[in-house]
Amino acid sequence: MASKNTEANVSVFRSIDWFTIFIYLLLVSAGAVSIYAASYDFDNASIFDFSEFSGKQFLWIGLSLIIGCVILLLDYRIYETYAYPIYGVVILILIATIFLAPDIKGSRSWLVFGPVSLQPAEFGKFATALALAKLFNSYNFSLNAKISNYFRALILIFLPICLILLQRETGSALVYFSLIFVLYREGMSGLVLFSVVCAIVYFVVAVKFSEPIILGIPVGEFSVFLIIILIFSLMLIFYCRDFIIARNVILGFVGSGILVTILSLCGVTINGTIYFCVILSLAVGYTLIGMFHHRIEKFLITICFAVVSVLFLFSVNYVFGNILEPHQQTRIKVALGIEEDLRGAGYNVNQSKIAIGSGGLTGKGFLNGTQTKLKYVPEQHTDFIFCTIGEEEGFIGSITVLALFTALILRLIYIAERQRTSFGRVYAYCVVSCLIFHLCINIGMVIGLCPVIGIPLPFFSYGGSALWGFTIFLFILLRIDASRKERRD
Amino acid sequence: MTKDYKLAKRRYVIGGFICLIVFIYICRLFSLQVGDDKYKENAESNAFLRRVIYPARGLIYDREDRLVVFNQPAYDVMLIPKDVGEFDTTTLCTVLNLTKSQLLEKWAEMKNPRKNPGYSAYTPQKLISHLSPEDYGRLQEKLYLFPGFFIQTRTIRQYNYAAAANVLGNIREVSAKDVERDRYYRSGDYTGDLGVEKSYEHHLRGIKGVEILMKDAYGRIKGKYENGIHDISPLSGRNLKLSIDMELQAYGEQLMRNKIGAIVAIEPKTGEILALVSSPSYDPSLLIGKERGKNYSTLVKDPFKPLYDRALQGAYPPGSTFKPTQGLIFLQEGIITTSTQYPCYHGYINKIRVGCHGHGSPIALKPALQTSCNAYFCWGFKNMIDKRGTRAYDQFEKWKNYLVEMGYGYRLGVDLPSESRGFIPNSEFYSKSFRGPRWSANSIISVSIGQGEVLATPLQIANLCATIANRGYFYTPHVVKSVQDTVIDEKYRTKHAPHINKEYYDDIAEGMRMAVLGGTCRGAALPGIEVCGKTGTAQNPHGKDHSAFMGFAPYSDPKIAIAVYVENAGFGATFGVPIGSLMMEKYLTGDISPARKGIEERMLNSNTIISSGVKKH
Repeated sequence: MASKNTEANVSVFRSIDWFTIFIYLLLVSAGAVSIYAASYDFDNASIFDFSEFSGKQFLWIGLSLIIGCVILLLDYRIYETYAYPIYGVVILILIATIFLAPDIKGSRSWLVFGPVSLQPAEFGKFATALALAKLFNSYNFSLNAKISNYFRALILIFLPICLILLQRETGSALVYFSLIFVLYREGMSGLVLFSVVCAIVYFVVAVKFSEPIILGIPVGEFSVFLIIILIFSLMLIFYCRDFIIARNVILGFVGSGILVTILSLCGVTINGTIYFCVILSLAVGYTLIGMFHHRIEKFLITICFAVVSVLFLFSVNYVFGNILEPHQQTRIKVALGIEEDLRGAGYNVNQSKIAIGSGGLTGKGFLNGTQTKLKYVPEQHTDFIFCTIGEEEGFIGSITVLALFTALILRLIYIAERQRTSFGRVYAYCVVSCLIFHLCINIGMVIGLCPVIGIPLPFFSYGGSALWGFTIFLFILLRIDASRKERRD
Repeated sequence: MTKDYKLAKRRYVIGGFICLIVFIYICRLFSLQVGDDKYKENAESNAFLRRVIYPARGLIYDREDRLVVFNQPAYDVMLIPKDVGEFDTTTLCTVLNLTKSQLLEKWAEMKNPRKNPGYSAYTPQKLISHLSPEDYGRLQEKLYLFPGFFIQTRTIRQYNYAAAANVLGNIREVSAKDVERDRYYRSGDYTGDLGVEKSYEHHLRGIKGVEILMKDAYGRIKGKYENGIHDISPLSGRNLKLSIDMELQAYGEQLMRNKIGAIVAIEPKTGEILALVSSPSYDPSLLIGKERGKNYSTLVKDPFKPLYDRALQGAYPPGSTFKPTQGLIFLQEGIITTSTQYPCYHGYINKIRVGCHGHGSPIALKPALQTSCNAYFCWGFKNMIDKRGTRAYDQFEKWKNYLVEMGYGYRLGVDLPSESRGFIPNSEFYSKSFRGPRWSANSIISVSIGQGEVLATPLQIANLCATIANRGYFYTPHVVKSVQDTVIDEKYRTKHAPHINKEYYDDIAEGMRMAVLGGTCRGAALPGIEVCGKTGTAQNPHGKDHSAFMGFAPYSDPKIAIAVYVENAGFGATFGVPIGSLMMEKYLTGDISPARKGIEERMLNSNTIISSGVKKH
């Protein structure tokens, strides 16, 4: 038994995905160097000084590597077997955190053990991923088989979300929503994902472009109507595959559009909302009458899409104006570039844009960044660490980092698809989803494309919890992946 | 299994999604980092404190190398509002010698966006300007008590003479417009206002230096950027040497006290202006330091308009000082010769009548200048404009062109900011005002004796005089003789010569000499100096006649040409001649001969301002 174990352990290091390990090592060391640069003061001591951020980060990296090795040495079956207990323990810790954690800047998410602080939310990800994977791996489980299967999956996801929201760590909680990708991969209708994307596009376009006014409505709203018409037409062609209806509907849209243009040129202005509602109602009505009964479901979905889209558009302005809190509106407006509140919510983003923008093509050189050194960018060693790279390594350094992350994510998708069990695949897609979310939101926020949501850049940002959380997350995947060949024996 | 295979395809959606996002981010990064320089500039203004080191403004000397304008340090209390920590207002008040309400008022003024449009809590702001040296000393000692405060040393102007304000000008803080127009300026800088301070601003201001300091996000100075290798030391402004003789200028201003008018004295050989007096004037040191704003508005409101430079901007009817130009034109055009005689029976009588005064008739050119005969020049003008076989329209254009060549009707281009062009009508002007081409010499006869539509500035009159003194050429008049390390503008070194023969100028000069020897300018005669002159008594619609004089001396080798214009002072001989002759005597001999002390006394004490009709409120 013992010899078999040793054999297995040896084979782990033979069958492990070294490409991923290589990228991982590149990312963490680049991260440590960036943290050194970000916290470098003009008369700073050594890079390995443990009282400094960079020194500590080296300590965390060392510990991560040890954790990684331990994970790789353990039997892969442990993770599947103990998936639910691990999930349960983490949930308990999350609950405890709400009560035990001291209030730090309004959030109660840090557990303090003497000199060490841990953020349990960072460890929730791998536990949730394990539980989700275990659920999907259960005998004869299929997401679409029963509606209750969706509920079981969603409960596993929403439980940590609620607990983390109670800790007032909105950013970390939002990460779990990225698991929608996993559900999508496992059979959830693509329409859901499509709707989510459409909703985000509608929202951004409608809120961002309030000027100029076309046909009595803001250009943003006008554009959303055009998008709805476009998607509706495309769905008739490619989804319902009814070319006659599609042709007539498109002719109707184009014809009425030309008419309205001519009328407005002649000075007769027609209210855009009324025009679009009328023309869409006519199109929907015509489709309802003319549709084939054997594709009724697809036609109904198409019609539903148009109706819900219009209703959503109407509710956006209401929700944005009446339901969101002023500071939330401000954050969104700043992110969408509508407002430049340089001393308030926009300060971070503006300063980080300045830092990155001043880097130029090749950057100012290692330790030569003035913006990050002189502490213009807040949180520069944690959430805004990408600024340091942007300023000191320039465009080339920035796209190198982006390329490394993309390579890692694509590699993990590849690994996910080569898993022989649902457990491995689902778990892998959880890692992929979380990485995608962290990468998109963190870098999007730093370059001013997303709202400021405080989540770290994986492997880069300073902090033990985040680094360990992601290391555990990733290395469990690597361990599971390495067992592909063991199974074959 | 087929279904699984279908679902497996979804990896491409997920992979495509991340690739799309990354592509968008790369585009964004490209536009931020490579496409747009705005962020680099922002980064610099963020991290670098470019502390300006102000250069010393150029000094101003007069033609005798007497120092006229110099610099004196002034201290401004500055602060960066964001960095201001807690401090004891009472101590600050005691140190600065202010009451608490005064301090609060200054503070509110600094923060008022209308009074201080450049206010920002992150940049240095001026709290109090022009601290006295005592207050400065006290504050410097206690400065450590007031975090965020610092003292900025600036220089302000100081004047050795209470004269020539119109020539020297002064300096003021730049306006928002100046900052927009010229990248050199930053809010709070000084720039020249009026006079040579304005027209030679580029020479006087020098080049600002800068030291680049690094500051962190809290505004703390982190030392010099790269040990100061990028710092630039300031370059002092260039000194100016005026052509003005300050003693003569001050003397002229004294003579013009209680009178409204102007004196312009030019060195004919060079076009250098020796004195440029506009009266009433003011003490240039009123416009420096703390009191500038208050004094400036007093000057603006003054009904006698001391800020208005009558020597350059006053457009007056030239009156009889215009007659030499007519003589020159008629001679050149062949209308007359020096022996041509015209009748004068107490005036020009030819359907209309222009009055004249008693003298022999008929009369030739030189005696006509001597006695300032109106009829002679009216006849000459008539014969020129109504010349047989020509159109009045063309003849008058010719007449106008001669005058333009002599410097009338357009700005001469003196090196001072504001100059009026006077007025010389052209044929078009009359065709318009007579509604057609049916006008003749008689319709416009008064222009031939410097009345009617014709207007000239005292500078233009003096320039004519200099041209006659030079017997046919002039240099554009200017007040700056030389600029340190460079040469004055080409345009002040270029000779201008009207297309009139030199011998005709000799004739005119002789006529003007005769006027002094036994004509209207007898009062201008100086012992031992051959003076030439021409009086002018200009009628004007605003009351009593203006008294004018132009003259030059000595006759054969002119050193000074002068024009005097005193508003509402009566005959040219009463004020114009004595003031002009005193100026010439003062300049040529350095003093006033005892025999003429009486005249000097009379001029110094006379007051014509009361007849101007302007009331001082």
